Amino acid sequence: MVNTLTPPAATIKPKLGKDDWIQRAFMFVIALYLFVALALPLYAMLSKAFSIYNFDLTKYEVQISQKDGSYPNPAINLNELNNDIGLYSETDLISDANGRLRIAKLFTDFSFRSTVKYKFRALNDETSYLVASELKSGNQWVELDSNTFRRLVLRPHSGRGFDNFTSYFSRPALTQSIKNSLWIAVVSTIITVTLAFWFAYALARSKMRFKGVFRMIATLPILVPSLLPGIALIYLFGNQGLLKSFLLGETIYGPIGIVIGSVFFTFPHAMIIISTALALSDARLFEASSSLKASPWKTFWTVTIPGARYGLFSAAFVVFNLVITDFGLPKVIGGQYNMLAVDIYKQVIGQQNFEMGAVVSVILLVPALLAFAIDRRVQKKQVALLSARSVIFEPKPNRFYDRIFFAYSTLVSIFIVAIIGVCQLAALVKFWPYDMSLSLIHYNFEIMDGGGWSSYQNSIILAILTAIIGTVIVFMGAYVVEKIKGFQTGRALFQMLAMLPMAVPGMVLGLAYIFFFNNPDNPFNFIYGTMIILVVSTVTHFYTVSHLTAVTALKQMDIEFEAVSSSLKQPFYKLVKNVTIPVSMPAILNISIYLFVNAMTTVSAVVFLYSTDTALASVAVLNMDDAGDIAPAAAMGMLIFYTNAGARILHTIVSTQILKRSEKWRRTE
Amino acid sequence: MNVDVSSGQKSPYLQIENLWKSFGDFVALKNITMNVQEGELLCFLGPSGCGKTTLLRAIAGLELQSSGTIEQAGIDVSNLPPSERDFGIVFQSYALFPNLTIFRNIAYGLENVGRSKNEIKDRVSELLELVGLSEQGEKYPAQLSGGQQQRIALARAIATSPGLLLLDEPLSALDAQVRVHLRHELKQLQHKLGITTVMVTHDQEEALSMADRIVIMRDGMIEQIGTPIDIYKNPKTLFVAGFIGEMNKIVATVGSENSFKIGNLSLECAPHNYAIDAEVVATIRPEDIIPHGSGARSPGAADTITNPRISFEAEIVDMEFLGAFWRAELSGDNLSGQILSINLSINAVRRMSLNIGSNLQLELPPENIRLYPTNFELLERE
Repeated sequence: MVNTLTPPAATIKPKLGKDDWIQRAFMFVIALYLFVALALPLYAMLSKAFSIYNFDLTKYEVQISQKDGSYPNPAINLNELNNDIGLYSETDLISDANGRLRIAKLFTDFSFRSTVKYKFRALNDETSYLVASELKSGNQWVELDSNTFRRLVLRPHSGRGFDNFTSYFSRPALTQSIKNSLWIAVVSTIITVTLAFWFAYALARSKMRFKGVFRMIATLPILVPSLLPGIALIYLFGNQGLLKSFLLGETIYGPIGIVIGSVFFTFPHAMIIISTALALSDARLFEASSSLKASPWKTFWTVTIPGARYGLFSAAFVVFNLVITDFGLPKVIGGQYNMLAVDIYKQVIGQQNFEMGAVVSVILLVPALLAFAIDRRVQKKQVALLSARSVIFEPKPNRFYDRIFFAYSTLVSIFIVAIIGVCQLAALVKFWPYDMSLSLIHYNFEIMDGGGWSSYQNSIILAILTAIIGTVIVFMGAYVVEKIKGFQTGRALFQMLAMLPMAVPGMVLGLAYIFFFNNPDNPFNFIYGTMIILVVSTVTHFYTVSHLTAVTALKQMDIEFEAVSSSLKQPFYKLVKNVTIPVSMPAILNISIYLFVNAMTTVSAVVFLYSTDTALASVAVLNMDDAGDIAPAAAMGMLIFYTNAGARILHTIVSTQILKRSEKWRRTE
Repeated sequence: MNVDVSSGQKSPYLQIENLWKSFGDFVALKNITMNVQEGELLCFLGPSGCGKTTLLRAIAGLELQSSGTIEQAGIDVSNLPPSERDFGIVFQSYALFPNLTIFRNIAYGLENVGRSKNEIKDRVSELLELVGLSEQGEKYPAQLSGGQQQRIALARAIATSPGLLLLDEPLSALDAQVRVHLRHELKQLQHKLGITTVMVTHDQEEALSMADRIVIMRDGMIEQIGTPIDIYKNPKTLFVAGFIGEMNKIVATVGSENSFKIGNLSLECAPHNYAIDAEVVATIRPEDIIPHGSGARSPGAADTITNPRISFEAEIVDMEFLGAFWRAELSGDNLSGQILSINLSINAVRRMSLNIGSNLQLELPPENIRLYPTNFELLERE
């Protein structure tokens, strides 16, 4: 009897309170943002990659008169005419959006002085053509004299297809980049993850001294643009490099340089992820292992590595993704060695071939999306590990191992400091390596390509705006995902959109923005070429990590706060203002410094979007390097470094102050 | 129990009718109809997943029911958002705002409703005194013990003098000792304020000791509603019988209109309507079984079995010392191998030198035996 009970159809419609309406408005604004700033541009780019243009001669008919103006012959289709005389091959008829085809060439005995007249028509209303720059269309016959017929041109017919991809894959010079990119990414990933693992291991499992200093040095590369190590490597191993002989005849301009630079700029990311994984492992497992008389070697392979494996996977995918999507470094030091991200730049900026740029973007999206998807799966498992209550491992001193780890950490730190130091030195000496006397001439940015000091000023403005606006949007978005009830599907979609930017390479996002915002029919077209589009693209580019930080902070809050607040008849924004935001303040500060630092260093998305009024310091580094002004490029790069270091110090001071003030109510456990 | 509430005297404060709630394919509440009288403390009791919390959240408007109506103080609140209903709530986690002082936590619901600063201050002081934490206003929640936090959450919930107080497992995050103490305090406070209260718990002791009436729930349905004594004495279903207190469950067949058989053993019970030879579950509480034999009673007390048809012998197969008494498990041919638990006083065990392997004469008073239709699902679960 019990099981025969079936529920009646849902009949209750909730009455919406004031809070519900405000929250809905909230959701709408954030959803609109993600749609306009992410989904629609990506769609525009995809459709560009699959847009093809060609001249469809079958859609036109012409009838030719005799010299006396009579029309004894029937009309002929242009396609038949072309087939008869074999003038244009199929590939000749492929075009781009701006292509034009003059049809008079199809008439072998055409003369514009002739008295012969032509009747011309398209076969349907959608097909159009130009007569003396005047747009005509439709199947009404138009009669033209010879002189006017000379000025009749066809417009390309647009369609969808894989032609762009076919033409891409038929060019080995381009497809070589796929192999190159994968190769560089794999090699860099293996080296970085290995180095970072031992570094993190030394920090977590040894009693070596100066751990704080090592940890600080290891995170320094985050503060500089990814192309800075390229500049340092040029000074060290380039044509005029001090240590050129160390390469035994190999050149730094190519894979070697890209890999070394990639290791430098991805090292902190890998180190932080692996450190977190190692910190999570349970001390009780080590005790159990040693009480079972397992050797340290066996313990390492049976406890340490399995415990950290999700961290290792995750670090590997993040590094792979960073390397394969990076554009600045291979641009500076890649020489003739082509990579996908650089190809996009070359196609778009160099050759103005937007369709091909879009095709390369789509190809670059594939490995990036794949790495991203695998990483998400691995991360989910890591969370499951995290929830188990474990005892924190406290390493015991061991003079022998501690010394080895100390030596190793010192070597890695020297590598990092040397790269940054060389840049600073290069920026300060007059003429490397011939006149090593110090001077400030390279800071005279006004005489260089790249936008001068105002580009630095623009970068600061961009970083501040990104930090403020980005934090507000990200926090609102995370709040919608985490705390607002109902709209299950909408919120799941939203969460997916929020995760997407991590998988979209900056170059791809930048190009997508050109396609979407540069379209004059777009109501948001007005932001093109302004600071706004730079802010929007930067916020969107770095959305995912910020979003995850905010969501984590919100998850830690009691899920019943909203219920309590509404039971006390208080509006939800009072709760947000008085409780949610103050409690999440450390996370909010972390998000803003993350956005600030990345806005200062990013090149990839903004390189397509800046205008002469909004030139940026990071782009200036690129352009000055491109123009051969490497020392000023290094100087500007170091300026970015110091600005970020300053911001980081300020962030630490403010965070400490806030934590101190909230010490009373924050649990110290 | 000082309040005798029988439905129908006056119209109930809270009336729930034909309430259903589904989460996708899962039906959490199935056709719930019940009411809460003004001023009473009502407990929703049941195992986890029985729908008791969902029902509480539906009353609060935190979870909208799929169909059915909820009427509070004569007003239909079925589709109102929580902010337009009249209730205060205490959650298991207390959900105290960690960055606000105790004072500001309690004052939270008093702000922005046209009260002056002084009025708010007076009200908060009054509430702090009520829960016995007058000196703690300037502290933060993390600086208080679990029990103190619980009382602050209660003070915050009743600050605005709501008509209805909802308590979602309010004591389950506390230590056993604090829990027993606060149980009593909470009940007294509720009685003093006279506030209609609905509490969710999975702890039967808590429900028995605090509630005026208990609603036993299982799989989204109400099994029984009644006073604690009523539910303990007259469980309507085998589930309730097993869920509240200790209960022996013996698989048996019906002998006559007032007897049942365990194998060859025939025992008397109160008259019933089961068909002869039908399979049933006979239940009796361990404390209702009377042991017999020299020394089983206080010295000098008579020890006679009045009716041989309610008595038999069994062997002790296990004994467990529970502090105030012994719990013994008995079995043997008479029980067809089934186990019967009984309570034995410490003195009886000593006087009779009872041990595992001892034989004992038992008497099962017919008025304490209840028969239920067999439900193997329930029997197997234990």
